[in-house]
Amino acid sequence: MIQKNVTSLGYRPTIGLEIHVELSTASKMFCACPNHFGDPPNTNVCPVCLGMPGVLPTMNRQAYEYAVLMALALNCRIAEFTKWDRKGYYYPDLPKNYQISQYDLPLGSDGYIDLLVNGQTKRIGITRAHLEEDAGKNVHDLPDCTGVDLNRAGVPLLEIVSEPDLNCVEEVMAYARSMRQLVRYLGISQANMQQGHMRFEPNISLWIFDDSEPDGGHYTPIIEVKNLNSFRSLERTVAFEIARQAEEWQADPHGYRMDKMSKQNRGWDDVREVTVYQRHKEEADEYRYFPEPDLLPVEIDDAWLERIKAQLPELPIARYARFREEFGLDEKLTTLLTSERTTADYFEAVIQAGASPRRAANLIQSQGMRLANEKGTDVAELGISPQRLAQLCKLTDDDTVSASAAATIFQAMLESDAPPEKIASERNLMQVSDTSALESIVAQVLADNAKAVADYKSGGKKAKKARSFLLGQVMQKSKGQANPKVVGELIDREVLGQT
Amino acid sequence: MELHRLTIQQLAGELAKGQLSSRQATEHLFQRIERHDPAIHGYLELHQDAALAQADRIDKRRSKGETLGPLAGVPLAIKDNICISHGRTTCASKILGNFQAPYEAHVVQALNAADAVILGKTNLDEFAMGASTENSGFGVTRNPWNLQTVPGGSSGGSAAVVAADLAYAALGSDTGGSIRQPAAFCSVVGLKPTYGRVSRYGLVAFGSSLDQIGPIAKTIPDLALLLNIIAGHDRRDSTSADLEVGDYLANLDKPVKPLRIGVAGEYFQEGLDKEIAQAVRQALDFYASLGAEIVDISMPLNKYALAVYYIVATAEASSNLARYDGVRYGYRDKDPKDYIDMYYTSRAHGFGAEVKRRIMLGTYTLSAGYYDAYYLKALKVRTLIRQDFDKAFEQVDCIAGPVTPTPPFRLGEKIDDPLTLYLSDVYTVMANLTGLPAISIPCGFSSAGLPIGLQLTTKAFSEELLLRIARMFEQATDYHLQKPKLQS
Ligand SMILES: [Zn+2]
Repeated sequence: MIQKNVTSLGYRPTIGLEIHVELSTASKMFCACPNHFGDPPNTNVCPVCLGMPGVLPTMNRQAYEYAVLMALALNCRIAEFTKWDRKGYYYPDLPKNYQISQYDLPLGSDGYIDLLVNGQTKRIGITRAHLEEDAGKNVHDLPDCTGVDLNRAGVPLLEIVSEPDLNCVEEVMAYARSMRQLVRYLGISQANMQQGHMRFEPNISLWIFDDSEPDGGHYTPIIEVKNLNSFRSLERTVAFEIARQAEEWQADPHGYRMDKMSKQNRGWDDVREVTVYQRHKEEADEYRYFPEPDLLPVEIDDAWLERIKAQLPELPIARYARFREEFGLDEKLTTLLTSERTTADYFEAVIQAGASPRRAANLIQSQGMRLANEKGTDVAELGISPQRLAQLCKLTDDDTVSASAAATIFQAMLESDAPPEKIASERNLMQVSDTSALESIVAQVLADNAKAVADYKSGGKKAKKARSFLLGQVMQKSKGQANPKVVGELIDREVLGQT
Repeated sequence: MELHRLTIQQLAGELAKGQLSSRQATEHLFQRIERHDPAIHGYLELHQDAALAQADRIDKRRSKGETLGPLAGVPLAIKDNICISHGRTTCASKILGNFQAPYEAHVVQALNAADAVILGKTNLDEFAMGASTENSGFGVTRNPWNLQTVPGGSSGGSAAVVAADLAYAALGSDTGGSIRQPAAFCSVVGLKPTYGRVSRYGLVAFGSSLDQIGPIAKTIPDLALLLNIIAGHDRRDSTSADLEVGDYLANLDKPVKPLRIGVAGEYFQEGLDKEIAQAVRQALDFYASLGAEIVDISMPLNKYALAVYYIVATAEASSNLARYDGVRYGYRDKDPKDYIDMYYTSRAHGFGAEVKRRIMLGTYTLSAGYYDAYYLKALKVRTLIRQDFDKAFEQVDCIAGPVTPTPPFRLGEKIDDPLTLYLSDVYTVMANLTGLPAISIPCGFSSAGLPIGLQLTTKAFSEELLLRIARMFEQATDYHLQKPKLQS
């Protein structure tokens, strides 16, 4: 059934996304070289990943476990038997001129992921997930030649292919971001976009609604855009292609259709922010796949699979739902707290240590995330143990310190290992709730501001403002240490005779 | 007996007695190589300095009474598609003409650990593709038995230098008969171990699912000794078998009884040289006289073996040889227009005709639209052939037959007719397709005085049995003792 997601032009974008994720294993997929970004060119290489004659690949078991963990998180069917295949094509950054990949037996297939888009859950099908080795990089900034850096050659790469279930830019972005969040939750990739840990390849087509056709419409030719390595370029590419295809279709409603034109490759021009035609794919690509004779097939048994399953943490969408229900937090705050597994873990540890969820959430969001952002780290790495943050939450909840003092103390805790209570007293940030100590200040302020007292007493339009003014005066005189709640009560008692 | 005539076991005995030094033996062989190898051209590169230095090291350690390895001070030769970390590894190809491997093959490490001396690298058909060593990019090797004939291939250099006593033994590689066929042509013994018995790490790949390193030697005990050293699991080769390796020498002289030898009628049909058929039948009669039961078996799929082999081998080769592109090492043509042009010209000028032919064949059979009809079907037939053998081994302990359809042919006779040359592999490819161990042992000479070999095959990982069966024949015959007459 076609969903009613029709735009005014009468089309519905149909998008599938291929995502390549570099796994954060210690060593490469088929050799012992470090899997490490940013080193001088061709330093993390060996005869195996250089594709020298006579050397042989050996499989990295950690990479396989990581990949299966992801496939499990994507609810895939896990293949009990898989093998490796060679995908042949010539390019200078591909040392053997074939890539070891998985062709007809991917390690995971037929899965799905649930997305939250605009408060609604949408299920996106996962066609397959398979493991392969990354290629190196051609370096074009040398004076008189092109260089090849093979540090990245052989890094384990997980390819995840979605069904064409994505129908708008928002869904594409939610899907891509969920994938990033998921691999970080699983701890199988840092998914650092700047380091190229994630690359996107959208396949974009429009379903044109047309009741006069037997199928109720038709598709525009599929456009594949390769090698997008930022969320921004993915977002703009998809938006641009939707608009461009709609225009092409309007200009030629009978010719611009999938059954009359073959699939095309276009590239994203980041400067002009347009996609550029590259080539038609007349037939399937000629990669001359065949089974890799240098590696044994991979056979997994139930015990092994159970062991991997046991490593699965609570996944983001489940955690989101639980946080909402268990802690009664709003959507925005819950999204923030569950965005990273470390943050969510930290939040729960703070609650475990005795903090109230709301106070902990607020402090983590308003102070923790801000400071972590400034320092380029995450909340859990700020150096404030969950116990100490819980203590601060408790001090704030029982009015020992004010909310604004809590912010100051939070910051001070970054530099000091002292308990928050000690920091508060050292810095005179304890609230004064002792009525006798405050009574004299209140009496003084009321005596000095007869007009405001009168305004408040009158109960007229100015009353609220007058009360705030009086309260502010007391706070000022107490150098911010007075508990505003107690002060308010004192003012009310003195002026209105309430108790 | 002359020093170069000794077997490994005899030489090791002499060295152990202290009557002879490894330097003497090594120098003697280098002198002999200098005299005879120009005519034979079995060697591509000699490692004279490294070999003599190693010989001296062994002699010194021996004089100090240190415990030495089983090959201490024994000079050996290595086929030039097996990597050694000094000198070049060319695969007899211009495209690797100056290639120096920065690593050592597993088997070379094993030989070093056994204190062997390595004389140098032997000639082969380029990338081991051929049956005559005429496809070498660096000149043909000639058969010591008759310099006008080929020594077989692709391990023609290794077989020729052992036959001519220019090395006490050599390592070769066997993808479709490349150890056994030259061993038969040169009247030496050659073993293709079970696929997975010996690590392929450091063997430059031709057909990865078929390639196996093995020894070429003068006698079965020498083969057994070498196999003891090179066999075993190596974690760098995922396809090497993680199985216990026995001592192949321990029971070598113990005859196998009872022994059932299977003979397939299919092996004796059209195309087999009459003198070879006769020599093989005589060998079977001989086994019968030792008490073996000769059993007629059927190998109906034999007729497909060659076709299956040439599909699988060339497909794998086309992929394995894709890496020779001039980008990282090896030959790069001058001043290419762009990187595509660099690929084209470097590969066009770096590879020889036969290698290019096989790359094209393999590329074709792996292409979309042809894969199912060729490669996939070949894999299915390969499985059926394996089943044929499994069935046969329910009835027999060993399968016997010829190694080659013809005796050594004349240089240049078949080189322009690749299909005829491919037929040379008709009896040997089965062992590679099935992964089974197979051996070639001398079993006679043609009326022209050219060597004839007998092939024996046993179950997977049963090299111990195979060597014992071969040893029964060797102990009672003297074909292996006959030597070519070399002109100096
Ligand atoms: Zn490496």
